[in-house]
Amino acid sequence: MAHYQEICALEEIPRLGSRVVEAPHGDVAVFRTADDRVFALDDRCPHKGGPLSQGLVHGDRVACPLHNWLIELNSGEAVAPDQGCVRRHEARVDNGRVLLRIAE
Amino acid sequence: MKKQKLVMVGNGMAGCRTLEELLKIAPDLYDITVFGAEPHGNYNRILLSPVLAGEMTLPDIVLNDFDWYRDNGITLHAGKKVEAIDRVRRTVTADDGTVAEYDRLLLATGSTPFIPPIPGNDLPGVLGYRDIADTEAMIAAAQAHKHAVVIGAGLLGLEAANGLKLRGMDVTVIHIGEWIMERQLDRVAAGMLQKALEDRGLKFLLSRHTEALVGGESGRVAAVRLKDGMTLPADLVVVAAGIRPATGLGESCGLHVNRGIVVSDTLQTVTDPRIYAVGECASHRGVAYGLVAPLFEQAKVCATHLAEFGIGRYSGSLTSTKLKVTGIDVFSAGDFSGGKDTEEIVLHDPAGGVYKKLVVKGDRLIGACLIGDTADGAWYFRLLKDQQDVREIRDHLMFGESSLGDTGHAGGNKAASMPDSAEVCGCNGVCKGTIVKAIRENGLFTVDEVKKHTKAASSCGSCTGLVEQILASTVGGAYKPTTAADKPVCGCTDLTHGAVRQAIRDKKYLSIADAQRGMGWRTPNGCATCRPALNYYLISTWPHEAIDDPQSRLINERAHANIQKDGTYSVVPRMWGGLTTPNELRAIADVADKYAVPTVKVTGGQRIDLLGIKKADLPAIWADLGEAGMVSGHAYGKSIRTVKTCVGDEHCRFGTQSSMRMGVALERMLFAMWSPHKVKLAVSGCPRNCAEAGIKDIGVIGVDSGWEIHIAGNGGIKTEVAQFLCKASSDEEVKQISGAFLQLYREEGFYLERTVHYVHRVGFEHVKQRIVDDLENRQALYERLLYALKDAPDPWAEHVADAAKKRNFIPIKLDMPATAETV
Repeated sequence: MAHYQEICALEEIPRLGSRVVEAPHGDVAVFRTADDRVFALDDRCPHKGGPLSQGLVHGDRVACPLHNWLIELNSGEAVAPDQGCVRRHEARVDNGRVLLRIAE
Repeated sequence: MKKQKLVMVGNGMAGCRTLEELLKIAPDLYDITVFGAEPHGNYNRILLSPVLAGEMTLPDIVLNDFDWYRDNGITLHAGKKVEAIDRVRRTVTADDGTVAEYDRLLLATGSTPFIPPIPGNDLPGVLGYRDIADTEAMIAAAQAHKHAVVIGAGLLGLEAANGLKLRGMDVTVIHIGEWIMERQLDRVAAGMLQKALEDRGLKFLLSRHTEALVGGESGRVAAVRLKDGMTLPADLVVVAAGIRPATGLGESCGLHVNRGIVVSDTLQTVTDPRIYAVGECASHRGVAYGLVAPLFEQAKVCATHLAEFGIGRYSGSLTSTKLKVTGIDVFSAGDFSGGKDTEEIVLHDPAGGVYKKLVVKGDRLIGACLIGDTADGAWYFRLLKDQQDVREIRDHLMFGESSLGDTGHAGGNKAASMPDSAEVCGCNGVCKGTIVKAIRENGLFTVDEVKKHTKAASSCGSCTGLVEQILASTVGGAYKPTTAADKPVCGCTDLTHGAVRQAIRDKKYLSIADAQRGMGWRTPNGCATCRPALNYYLISTWPHEAIDDPQSRLINERAHANIQKDGTYSVVPRMWGGLTTPNELRAIADVADKYAVPTVKVTGGQRIDLLGIKKADLPAIWADLGEAGMVSGHAYGKSIRTVKTCVGDEHCRFGTQSSMRMGVALERMLFAMWSPHKVKLAVSGCPRNCAEAGIKDIGVIGVDSGWEIHIAGNGGIKTEVAQFLCKASSDEEVKQISGAFLQLYREEGFYLERTVHYVHRVGFEHVKQRIVDDLENRQALYERLLYALKDAPDPWAEHVADAAKKRNFIPIKLDMPATAETV
C-alpha cells in the first residue's frame, strides 16, 4: 500500500495520545504530539509486544504501557539502554485530516 | 549565538561529573576545553586500591575514555598542567605554553598527598598515593623489592598497605595515633580491624613518629628511622599522612583560599564569579571534602549554575566511609564517638569479628561504626541523612533493615557474600553478577542508573534495598544513597515530591502545563513518571477546580480497565462490600456469554473479574452492566479498590457488629476516590477477623463495645500488620476517622506511596495527633474528603454517554472511504 490514505480528523486523536488503525498486516498506532505533529508505528513494543498505542506520550516519545520501555516516535527505536526497533509508517496532517501510508 | 568558552582545569571525577551534568541539561551552551595533568581520561580514583591489590585493571576503572571527549566536542589537553591563570585577560596557560581563553573557568584540581617535612622525603622510592602513576610505581616496586613502609594508618594508607602485601611485599604501617583510622573508628573497632589486618600479615607500629627517611647506596630509600631510635628496612615508603587541597594555582591568581578555594553555595569562588571550583580543591562553608559523594552533589549544583538555570544551591553533605579491603568490611558515618546526651547501642562479637556501634541522640541516629558486617551501612546512612525518627524501630535498629523486612526476597542483607549467580530481582530475573558487571562497565553510581541499565528493582521495587547494598559494596565511597524524601520526582525536574505538592498548593496551579511551566520543568511535557504524579497532586489538592488530564494517566486509569500482558483488558464491576444480587450475577453472566469472555474469576477483593476483553468491547460491556445498576469497581486505579467484609452479626453466630452494613457504607462513601496509590479496606464483625482486616490500608474490627480501627497494613510484596489507631463507638465515627485518615494520606502522601510507607515516613504519632488527638482537625479533614468526593461520577457511565470519549476505544478501519465518519 504505497499511497497515503486518510484515516481521521486531527481532533479525533487526543493531544499527547493516539488512535489505533487496523491495517492488513496488524494494528498501527498513530500518535499526536503536543504541537500537533503525527507519527505512526506498528502497535507492538519490540520488548514483549505491548500495545504502544496505550502508552503515555511525552515529547517525541511513547512509554510502553507494559514495562515502560521508551520508544522514539520518529524512528521507532528504543531509547538506550534498551535496544530494539519497531517499524514506522509515514503519517502527516493535511488540512486538518490525518494521512497514513503503510510501509511496504 | 556565539558559544561561550568554558575551560576546566583538572580532569578528575568531580570536574568530569560537572561536565556530564552540564551536557545533559545544556549541551550546546559552551565550547569546552579541559586540561589534565595526568596523561589519561577521567578514571575512578576510588578504585585505585583494587587495582593495586590486583583485583581490577586500569582499563576497568576508566570512566570517560578519549572517545567521550571527542564525541562531546570537548578539547582535551591530557598531560598538560596549567601553571598560570590571568584573570584580567581571562586566559589559562599550561606548562607547554598552550593558552586557552575562557568566559567561565572551572577549577577541579583535586588534592595532593601531604608529605611531612622530614629529611629524605624526596628520595627515590618515596611516594604519595594519589594517581595512576603512583599506583604503577608501587606495583613496579613490589616486583623488584621486598620491604615496604606505609606512613599513616588512615583509609588510604591501609588500602595501600593491603595492596602491597597482596603483591608480596613485607609491609609495616607506622601511625602517629593511638589507634588506626581514628577519624573513622573508635578504639574497639580499630583494634578489631588491626587484628584482621595482622592476620593477613601486616605489621603495625602505633604512637610512633618518623624521624627521617634514610637513603641507601643506590640513592634509593633504604630505611625509615623512628624518633625512638628504631630503624626499619624500607625499599618503598608510601606516605599517606593525609591530603591537602591543591590550591596553589588558585592562590597564585589571587583567589581567596582558606584550606581550599573558598566557594559560595553556587560553587562560584567568592573572589571571582566567573570562576567556579568543585571537588577536593574547594572549601565550602569551611569544609573541604575528600570523599566522592559530596563532590557529585557539588557537580550537580555547579552544572545547573553553569547552564544559567540559576536554581539549586549546595548546602553541604554528610559523608560516610567504607574501607575497600576485600574480605574486611568497615563502615563508618556521622558522629561515631558519641558524647554528651548520646546513647550507644553496641553489639560486639570478638570471635566472630563483628562489632557494631550505633550512636543515638534523642530519637535520631547520629553515628554508626561497623566492622565485619556492613550490609546495613547504606541503611544506617540513610536514617542518618534523613534525620529519621527511629524511636519506633529502635528495638530492631541493631539487627538491620532486614529485621524490618524491607530488603525483599532473595535472602536479605548479605549482598557482599551473595554469589554472582544469585537472583536479586525476582520480577525481572536479574542476578547479582549482572548488576555488578553493569555497575563496573557503565560506571553507575545511583540505584536509578542501575534500574535503567539492568531493570533490577524497576518493577515491584522490593529488592531496592539489596540493589542499594550491591551498589554500595561495588563502588564503595562513591555511592550516594537517595531516598523518596530527597529524590527528585524524575529527570524532568530537581524538585522533590514534597516540594511539588507544596508549590501546587501555594501557587494554586490547576493544570499540568501551568504547573510544569511555573516550576521550571526541563522537558516540554514531562514524562511517564511525573505526569501521572502531577495529575494526582493537582486533582487531590484542588478538587472540582483542577483539570483532570486523561492523557497524563497511565493506561489502566485512562481505559478504566486493567491492561493484561496480551493487550486485552479486564473488567471488574463494583460489588459494594462484597455483596451482590441474582440480577447482577445474571447481568455478568450475560456479558460473559455475549462477548465470549474467556476467563471469569472471583478476585481477592470479593468481586468478579472478567478477563480477556478487547478494548473495543469495553464501552458496550459497561453499558450492559450499567443497565443492571452496576458501576466501575476501580480495580484499575490508584484509588479506592474494595471494602472486604465478613458476614457479621446479621447471620454469623459469633458476630458482634454488622460488618456488611459498615462495609457498604464505607465503600459508598469512598466511591471514585483517587489516592497516591491503591487503597483497600476490610471490615470484620468480630475479633476472629474473617475479613483479614489486619493487612489492609484501613482495617475495621467489630468488638462488643463498638469498632477498632487499624491503619497502614499491607498484604502485598511484604506483609505489614496494620497498627491500632483508636476505637470508635458508632458507624458515623468509623466513617469520620477512616475518611480523615484517607484524606490526610491523600494530602500528604507521595504518588505511588502506599499507606504503610506513608505512615512509616511521617511517623505513626504524626497521624495519631491529627486524627485522634485533634478532633477539630479530624472533622476538617473529613469534610475536605466529602467535598472532594461530592457528585463523583461513574467513569463507565460517563464514557457510555459521551461519543468523543467512546471514540478512543474504537480502532479505525483502514479500508473505509476517505470521508467516512469514524465514530
